[in-house]
Amino acid sequence: MALLEVRDLTVVFERKGEDPFRAVDGVSFDVEPGQTVGLVGESGCGKSVTSLAIMGLLPKRGARVTGSVVYDGTELLKLSDREMRDRRGRDLGMVFQDPLSSLNPVIPIGVQVSEVLERHRGMSRKEAMSEAKDLLDKVGIPDPNRRLTEYPHQLSGGMRQRALIAIALACRPKLLIADEPTTALDVTIQAQILALMKELVQDLGTALVMITHDLGVVAGLCDEVNVLYAGKVVEKAMRHELFARPRHPYTHGLLASIPRLDAPRGEKLTPIKGSVSDNIPWAQGCAFAPRCPNALDLCFSETPAEEDQLGRLLRCHNPVVPGTPAVEEVPV
Amino acid sequence: MLRYTIRRLIQLVGVVLVLSLLLFAWLRSLPGGPVSALLGERATPESRAALTKQLGLDQPILIQYFKFLGRALSGDFGVSNGVQPGDSAMEIFLQRFPATVELSVFALVIAIVFGIPLGYLAAKRRGTWFDNSSVIGSLVGVAIPVFFLAYVLKDVFSKALGLPSTGRQDAIEATRVTGFFTLDGILTGEWDATFNALEHLILPALALSSIPFAVIFRITRAAVLDVLDEDFVRTAESKGLTAQVIRRRHVLRNAMLPVVTTVGLQTGALLSGAVLTEKVFGFAGVGEALALGFERRDYPVLLLLIIMATIVYVLVNLLVDLSYALIDPRIRAR
Repeated sequence: MALLEVRDLTVVFERKGEDPFRAVDGVSFDVEPGQTVGLVGESGCGKSVTSLAIMGLLPKRGARVTGSVVYDGTELLKLSDREMRDRRGRDLGMVFQDPLSSLNPVIPIGVQVSEVLERHRGMSRKEAMSEAKDLLDKVGIPDPNRRLTEYPHQLSGGMRQRALIAIALACRPKLLIADEPTTALDVTIQAQILALMKELVQDLGTALVMITHDLGVVAGLCDEVNVLYAGKVVEKAMRHELFARPRHPYTHGLLASIPRLDAPRGEKLTPIKGSVSDNIPWAQGCAFAPRCPNALDLCFSETPAEEDQLGRLLRCHNPVVPGTPAVEEVPV
Repeated sequence: MLRYTIRRLIQLVGVVLVLSLLLFAWLRSLPGGPVSALLGERATPESRAALTKQLGLDQPILIQYFKFLGRALSGDFGVSNGVQPGDSAMEIFLQRFPATVELSVFALVIAIVFGIPLGYLAAKRRGTWFDNSSVIGSLVGVAIPVFFLAYVLKDVFSKALGLPSTGRQDAIEATRVTGFFTLDGILTGEWDATFNALEHLILPALALSSIPFAVIFRITRAAVLDVLDEDFVRTAESKGLTAQVIRRRHVLRNAMLPVVTTVGLQTGALLSGAVLTEKVFGFAGVGEALALGFERRDYPVLLLLIIMATIVYVLVNLLVDLSYALIDPRIRAR
């Protein structure tokens, strides 16, 4: 049985006087124990909202969450606020994008790590502090004893993210959700943080949901990849499959748009044209159709269904034929 | 920190010096003067001239000022000629200051004890009837003139609640230790005096607290709204911490900086409000002496009381600035 089963997860934001906005539209995926699953897509595709919905961190008012999120046999969406609090931090940990704003600026790092141990593992402040020291050591923060009493502004960006990882993994959750954990960091630090996460997840046997817009992160880390577009999964495959043979034109475009170091000088970049539209795009036809080089007339009238093709899920009327190079070049 | 404090205290000396000069000139430019106030309209020119000379008001104003400064340095701020004629200004201040401190502290405690929790609740329940009605209530609190509220409390509520409608001079006085009636009663074990002093305090303190309460409420609400949107509150939620820990450690701690600033600034409002409240309730404090001093053009008393009020205001705000460092480590580092 999967550790996490997300079925038909839908999040609709409702505000008085405005049309409801469907940020996540029937997303389904599984995470096996110890597996690393990627949720990939550009800004606004619903990947962060998906993670917040799983964690139960969306605002109570204004966000309507439907579908099902089953963790280890328990339906999380039906839990009370109190029951969910007992699970967050203990069974499910989360690492956020911006490590500076995600840490409380007026509380020492030590307290921010130890409070989660006190809460879920019933430790005294003293025991929790000593454990926090070991945790900081484990995530590669030098001189952890001194860091315990320091504040977030005294740490570097990479160290802050290490501290957040220590917090998220403090209670050894079976599932860790990382929402763009490297986006706010320097490129050199990004690789370190990813290596650290990979190592910790393997050591602890923690399953990881990696949310990113960066296919490089996916390539280095994920076993299975879900590509999201406008709130729906458009393609799902094992990592090697996806990189070797992208079938959805969006996935294909994402891969083609990665600048290559071995490309000749002066070669044009190949972006995907346009951006995610704001209205409810899946009601009539494919949401990607206006930007899609492969679009048929059918794509504008009929919403493509999710089809299972030998372990790969695809939502497209006219998928890319394997082996097709990047479609067209657009001057930038 | 110590150097900063010392620098601020040196600045305070400058502030007081400049203020005393301005006050000196300003008080003397008020229409009328102590002579008319003391002798009345039908005084003869001779008696007026005699009194003017006796009070030293015939000399050039700068000479008067330097004489005042010289005496002030040795602690002599002159003798009252209107509020309590014959008493030294310093005596009057020392006698009345505890009353005003007691009143202001009670008013501030009421404002903080109600303002901060209500502000937090209103922010948490943003847009609900509770939030809307408290925002309107706080607007009313700011808008109602203190003296009007004081009269309403005095004339209507004192009867309804069976509380004394007069101020502290009618209170049972405990043996004097500190001059604070409530504290003296506790220190000497004369509980009836403490209780009685509290009864006499409650209505004036309520009247005085209305504006600080409303301001503290609104600032807390706004600050908490800001902090609730912060990423670190979401991190705290993702740790599964209890609502209580998140509120205390993560939300309120961060929201306190603007609130503490406001509390400091509100001490000014308390001092000016005390003039009106004490006058209405006949509460024998600094505020009442100020009101009386203006009526009777009691220059020495006015000068000393206003200078002291300024010093208190500056000191309170220095304490506020120092407390920032306790709340926010990023300020400590500088």
